[in-house]
Amino acid sequence: MSSVLYDAQGPRAKRRNILLTVVFFALLLALLWWVYQGLNDKGQLEWAKWKPFFSGSEAWTTYILPGLKNTLIAAALSMVIALPLGAVFGIARLSDHVWVRVPAAIVVEFFRAIPVLILMIFGVALYSQYTSVSSDDRPLYAVVTGLVLYNASVLAEIVRAGILALPKGQTEAAQAIGLRKTQTMTSVLLPQAVTAMLPAIVSQLVVIVKDTALGGAVLTFPDLLSSANTMSSYYGANTIASFTVVAVIFIVLNFSLTSFAGWLEGRLRRGKKSTGAVVGAEAVEDIAGTAHTGAAGTTGAAGTADGTAKTSGTPGASGTSGTDKAAL
Amino acid sequence: MFDFLEGYDLLGAFWVTIKLTLLSAVGSLIWGTVLAALRVGPVPLMRGFGTAYVNIVRNIPLTVIILFTSLGLNQTLGISLGAHGFSHINFRLAVLGLIVYTSAFVCEAVRSGINTVPVGQAEAARAIGLNFTQVLRLVVLPQAFRSVVGPLTNVLIALTKNTTVAAAIGVAEAAALMKDMVENEAQLLLISAIFAFGFVVLTLPTGLILGWVGKKVAVKR
Repeated sequence: MSSVLYDAQGPRAKRRNILLTVVFFALLLALLWWVYQGLNDKGQLEWAKWKPFFSGSEAWTTYILPGLKNTLIAAALSMVIALPLGAVFGIARLSDHVWVRVPAAIVVEFFRAIPVLILMIFGVALYSQYTSVSSDDRPLYAVVTGLVLYNASVLAEIVRAGILALPKGQTEAAQAIGLRKTQTMTSVLLPQAVTAMLPAIVSQLVVIVKDTALGGAVLTFPDLLSSANTMSSYYGANTIASFTVVAVIFIVLNFSLTSFAGWLEGRLRRGKKSTGAVVGAEAVEDIAGTAHTGAAGTTGAAGTADGTAKTSGTPGASGTSGTDKAAL
Repeated sequence: MFDFLEGYDLLGAFWVTIKLTLLSAVGSLIWGTVLAALRVGPVPLMRGFGTAYVNIVRNIPLTVIILFTSLGLNQTLGISLGAHGFSHINFRLAVLGLIVYTSAFVCEAVRSGINTVPVGQAEAARAIGLNFTQVLRLVVLPQAFRSVVGPLTNVLIALTKNTTVAAAIGVAEAAALMKDMVENEAQLLLISAIFAFGFVVLTLPTGLILGWVGKKVAVKR
């Protein structure tokens, strides 16, 4: 009970809090009861509808696991292809040459402004009209194409933020010992930036995993979400049960990725050997939303940085931000 | 060159996108702020609820939520949100799904804004005898909102792009029209360029204008 927003609680405040807790609890119960009634009336709570997931492995081996496998394959492929592309564009945006910097910026900003679904629909039509990719493979190709185009541009911004988050002394020291620009980038800045970016990259993986579901819903890609659809028609309209199982799998998968990213971020911040520069999960959300020229991208990052020092900062600065957060 | 556009309601589709965006934006701003208030409040159960809500909703794909509103809420449980007719019902369901999803991100943005308000502000407010709701309503939130215009703009732009997911339940917005057009017309690159341009037009001014507003209203410290 130590928050700056409210006083330490005396007897009256304690009584009021207990009252509020009881009222809120009653409201939650009422909501749960309403949901339960609704489900019960429509027969969605019958054991027959939930049985496939708890007894026997058929539902898992025929529908859920293959779907999950496709989701993970699409996500992994997109990440593996988008990462080097993103690195190239991210570094290109930091180039000293205008004719490299500006085109890279235009490409990155363009693809960040367009919804992934539009890119995926474009992909499907592209492969069916201009290539000989079989119609079975097309959805996967289209999903990966859409995800790569979008995420490469987001990763480009993450790479850029990672390099910019490094202390200036690193570049200066590299220049002082006579390294060329390329050498400075490849042997001094990039290795440290990659470490700093790791939490943001893992967070971006969560976004990719979530976006693969678009392929399942719109492009007939046989992913985890579409397996819910198939199951609910196969097991007798157990829509609620199928969606619950699929949603829980997504939550567990993404929550572990998010937690892993948070753990990495904390470890990097506390690490004695590192420079303390970290591009965290918040940076990803800022970058994912911003869709305009470089200035806005950096103000987005700086917006979090100046207040809470989440995007970048020395271990000391992030330490104080940590206490601020604990206080409020 | 643009002959193939005849018979397609391009502006109408983008108008649906805009309506989806605005309605969901208002809804998720309200619900997200309430969630943020729950998360920083003195009642442990409310804090727990807020945290659980954000962690669960943020980790489910929006597509799953939107599809569930149609297949689960509407077709299985018969909830139609007071609308009649397929397109009206699905429009409202899409708005509901977008609000449920986006408010988790609004909540986190507002909470990060609350963290940027100096501790002294809240302490001073308490020192003059304000209680928790007054501290939040009169002192902390007004300052917090000024500092989160940037992050909230990012959420709004992401929301604009996310409205395309409503195509999954048959709402006739831009992505649904594009899917229709690329299947029936030959000019793939031109069609894609038109839709890409449409979204750039929607998101670019939002970012620029709100970016300017954000700088204007920021609390100088």
